[in-house]
Amino acid sequence: MNKLAGKAPTSDVALEDIEIELFVRALKLRHGYDFTQYAPASLKRRVLQLAHAQQADTVSALTTRVLHDAEFLPVVLEGLSVPVSEMFRDPDVFRALREQVFPVLASYPQINIWQAGCAHGQEVYSLAILLEEAGLYERTQIYATDFNEAALRHAQEGIYPAREAQLWSRNYLAAGGSHTLADYYSARYELIKLDQRLRRNVTFANHNLVTDEVFCEAHLVLCRNVLIYFSDPLQDRTLALFRDSLVRGGFLCLGTRESLDFAASAGDFMPVDAARRIYRLGPRSAGMD
Amino acid sequence: MASPQAIVIGCSAGGLTALELLFAGLDAALPLPVAVCCHTGASTVDLMCELLAHHATLPVEEARERSPLRGGVIYIAPSGYHLLVENNRRFSLSVDGRVSFARPSIDVLFDSAAEAYRDTLIGVVLTGANSDGAAGLARIREYGGMAVVQDPDDAEVPTMPAAAIARAGADHCLPLADIAPLLNRLCLP
Ligand SMILES: C[S@@+](CC[C@H](N)C(=O)[O-])C[C@H]1O[C@@H](n2cnc3c(N)ncnc32)[C@H](O)[C@@H]1O
Repeated sequence: MNKLAGKAPTSDVALEDIEIELFVRALKLRHGYDFTQYAPASLKRRVLQLAHAQQADTVSALTTRVLHDAEFLPVVLEGLSVPVSEMFRDPDVFRALREQVFPVLASYPQINIWQAGCAHGQEVYSLAILLEEAGLYERTQIYATDFNEAALRHAQEGIYPAREAQLWSRNYLAAGGSHTLADYYSARYELIKLDQRLRRNVTFANHNLVTDEVFCEAHLVLCRNVLIYFSDPLQDRTLALFRDSLVRGGFLCLGTRESLDFAASAGDFMPVDAARRIYRLGPRSAGMD
Repeated sequence: MASPQAIVIGCSAGGLTALELLFAGLDAALPLPVAVCCHTGASTVDLMCELLAHHATLPVEEARERSPLRGGVIYIAPSGYHLLVENNRRFSLSVDGRVSFARPSIDVLFDSAAEAYRDTLIGVVLTGANSDGAAGLARIREYGGMAVVQDPDDAEVPTMPAAAIARAGADHCLPLADIAPLLNRLCLP
């Protein structure tokens, strides 16, 4: 091969990777949203899906819009974030929170819960209901955060498709709910709306786990199915954020298929219920207290 | 193709029985990781792993996020999550929406593994009632990997292997009983 020709020309698939790298860089340089440390395989899928949904011929066409079209940013964030959730998803986790974590929380005069990556709010309302039924909600403040502004608005409204109600009602009962889920929503046409009284002690806020700092002092951090999207270093950074935000003996609850096996800070968190990914901050490493 | 370094398998309806037979026939010395996406209605794959372990010559475990793919182990995609292989040859999971009504999706596993293993990957499509896996198998072939499809006439439900052949073609199309011997031949040193 002629040395002057440099590297062999890239194949179409390699070209796609170059375009995605440039797209991610443009997003970071232009808007400060940093996806460089997300797990690449699923990020790539979402970028390609976004290109498809936008009828862009190439990822580079998206990059141009990221650079020049200010209104395009929310569309990109909505496409790259995955606001997929359920009420009482993994009911046994919510049961474990109620049975193993709430009794400890009950000993605090004021309870702070940080739900990071709240998506459309399904878990926020789930928590509020369980706290209400445990008689703890009056003295609880839930901070529900996400970096997807559209998702946060959706979470605030608490409106969901009625077809979800059946599964969620089953989940609620399996989680140990003591009424029926229907007591907490009103149904109209194809939609259900969660009782807005459940929101009275919730603060919704935009917070980016990649770039923002500690959000509040928390007795429980619930962050499920968010870290799965992060590569190891970003997972570590985020766990450090949670550690610094938790009071001594505070709880951390992750998604049931998430793993701390490759996290440098895993030693800070003692398993309380390993199968349900409920941990407690060890005594030595507490941040604020 | 170059000498194989990993195997990915997709199936749905009738898949459990097919996997039992396939895994019973694999050589216990098979040095490659085997990653499986089998659609099931169950909320966990604990029982599936247990049943398969009864028949398999190799250890069977649920694939865990971030863990490296190790040779000689059969990994089952957890229920409710997409299973992906990163380029550093470790697993990752996602709860992105369903792909053709499925999560885990065979296409998602195949696409990502194709990229990570390129021309050293073998993709296998078995019995099933939808067309998940067809696009992923085409992707595997694009990267120079090998496509093995169960003969639709031999499959408990022919839709999935038929769709794979229509979309991707196959390097080998054969009855289930012949697939383990083929994989042993291709993968043993
Ligand atoms: C799959 S949802 C998890 C929803 C819910 N916790 C559950 O498990 O059902 C992931 C959420 O994490 C959010 N997310 C992703 N990256 C984030 C970041 N850097 N900062 C804050 N939120 C993020 C997404 O916007 C999305 O709403």
